[in-house]
Amino acid sequence: MQVYDMPDEHGHFGPFGGVFVSETLVEALDELRVMYEKYRHDPEFLAEYAYDLKHFVGRPSPIYHAKRLSDKVGGAQIYLKREDLNHTGAHKINNTIGQALLAKRMGKPRVIAETGAGQHGVATATIAARLGLECVVYMGAEDVKRQAPNVFRMKLLGATVVPVESGSKTLKDALNEAMRDWVTNISNTFYIIGTVAGPHPYPMMVRDFQAIIGIEAKEQMQEMIGRQPDAVVACVGGGSNAMGIFYPYIDVEGVRLIGVEAGGHGLSTGQHAAPLTANSPIGVLHGNRTYLMQDEDGNIIETHSISAGLDYPGVGPEHAWLKDINRAEYVAITDEEAMAAFHNLCRTEGIIPALESSHALAYAEKLAKTMSPDQVVLVNLSGRGDKDINTVARLANISL
Amino acid sequence: MSRIQSVFATLKAQGKKALIPYITAGDPHPDHTVPLLHALVEAGADMIELGVPFSDPMADGPVIQRASERALVHKMGLRKVLAMVKAFRETNQTTPIVLMGYANPIEAMGSAQFVALAKDSGVDGVLTVDYPPEECEVFNQQLAAADIDSIFLLSPTTEPSRTELIVKQATGFLYYVSLKGVTGAANLDIVEVKKRVADIRKQTSMPIGVGFGVKDAATAREVAAIADAVVVGSRMVLAIESSDAGNLVANVQALMHELRAAIDSV
Repeated sequence: MQVYDMPDEHGHFGPFGGVFVSETLVEALDELRVMYEKYRHDPEFLAEYAYDLKHFVGRPSPIYHAKRLSDKVGGAQIYLKREDLNHTGAHKINNTIGQALLAKRMGKPRVIAETGAGQHGVATATIAARLGLECVVYMGAEDVKRQAPNVFRMKLLGATVVPVESGSKTLKDALNEAMRDWVTNISNTFYIIGTVAGPHPYPMMVRDFQAIIGIEAKEQMQEMIGRQPDAVVACVGGGSNAMGIFYPYIDVEGVRLIGVEAGGHGLSTGQHAAPLTANSPIGVLHGNRTYLMQDEDGNIIETHSISAGLDYPGVGPEHAWLKDINRAEYVAITDEEAMAAFHNLCRTEGIIPALESSHALAYAEKLAKTMSPDQVVLVNLSGRGDKDINTVARLANISL
Repeated sequence: MSRIQSVFATLKAQGKKALIPYITAGDPHPDHTVPLLHALVEAGADMIELGVPFSDPMADGPVIQRASERALVHKMGLRKVLAMVKAFRETNQTTPIVLMGYANPIEAMGSAQFVALAKDSGVDGVLTVDYPPEECEVFNQQLAAADIDSIFLLSPTTEPSRTELIVKQATGFLYYVSLKGVTGAANLDIVEVKKRVADIRKQTSMPIGVGFGVKDAATAREVAAIADAVVVGSRMVLAIESSDAGNLVANVQALMHELRAAIDSV
């Protein structure tokens, strides 16, 4: 089998990815690319990263056999990669530590980030506090309202949270605003992107920092069941947790890789955030070429998902590539299905999952039903659901 | 010789500098755009940059983003922008029009179809903000085949080796971004701009326009002393934003007269 080796030196995954930015950003991205190439295999850098993952984050995160859930669903055995047990409650911290350590080596005293649900913002503020870096987080004004506890968390950690009032006032607009900050403050600022999108080298770099999820999972599955799972399931917004667990499995034959997008109110309603499943056209946004939800004029359309972390009109370019080469499959789960899976995991396993991860759980349940009890489905439980209790309560008309 | 090249040649022979105002197509309303283009020419524009509205204008500051949002309320897409250029060309065959915008609307239409329509509409140059030369080889060839100029940005952080690469692909003129930041950002540092423009001239004989920080007559005069063209964007859009339908043309022309006088005083 051919060894998977993407992207190329210009950040292309076949027709996807690349560096689609204004000339004002090119120099900064060149600098980042050179520095990342210098440190990505540097033993001292990797040792520092590994130390923080172990002692600050609490890695390796365990894999848990959800027996009661498996029995209730009936079919394949469902295993959970417990990224929800990481410090700050999600996989996002794996990446922010990597990038912040790089920022430190590049002599940048200030880091900025965009955030949707607030998890990436919290993870950035956390590592910035630990390393003594100034931290500014851009967040859509709508999201600031929806995610008040995370906004306060970031402030407690010493970060400045800037509400973004332009456009749809959500994640994509926060990303636009962070790019504008970066271009203005290039000399002292490092932009910590939270997902496998953006211009090269971000999709590759974020994937590399998240790949620890899949690297651990491969070892742990071997230890636990003596083989690899039949399918690996992860939710996909931009797609960083999915890329992290998929990447080490790409060359492993016989393991299905399944990305679960946010189906919102259903694909037929147009109110969703599932560009891959809905066969959206290819386009250019936020520095890369990928599948994009857009109107006939090429303007980006507003997306909908119950989960702010999946509410993004594009998808990381490597997912677009994995779809095109048929190495990964992409499906969508509606708000309603995700909610059912959320409650199911709470009640059967005593784990409150993030609404993002609940999309992966919902599809894993559907899939497991079609499989036999000696087969195994591994779900990346990318985050815990404490942050979502207000949303869940509101949907049930309960005021907390 | 393209329409853009001949404008620069004529101005050079007269010892004058070009004034290039920017407006966003469809701002404040699609009905105003073609009359505004004519009004700009009447008030001294040598060339016009016409912005194609986009939902996510990453390289623009708040002023031009608001212009995009106002235009998008009226569903102002690329096809309609091209139709406006065509309408403008019915009575003006001399003033070059440069479309400035982002890659996605072009890719949504298909670059070959865009180039054909742009040619048919009388577009003279295209500046696609998020198409650095490495990512637009085919598009650039399509533009060249249609005799449409490819305008590229150079920034304060562009290294000489990269300037070399850009100069090879650029035609018409080069657009030097006078500051680190987005359109309409902080004040430009004229000493720095002067040094950078002098450096670029060592690598090319192509005309150089300067923009992103020209706020008033004083900065326009300073830039005109250094560059071949002065591009005024956010300030022009602010004049549109602060006007109503009744005084829109008068306000925009008043600003143009002020800028024209400043530039011609050099």
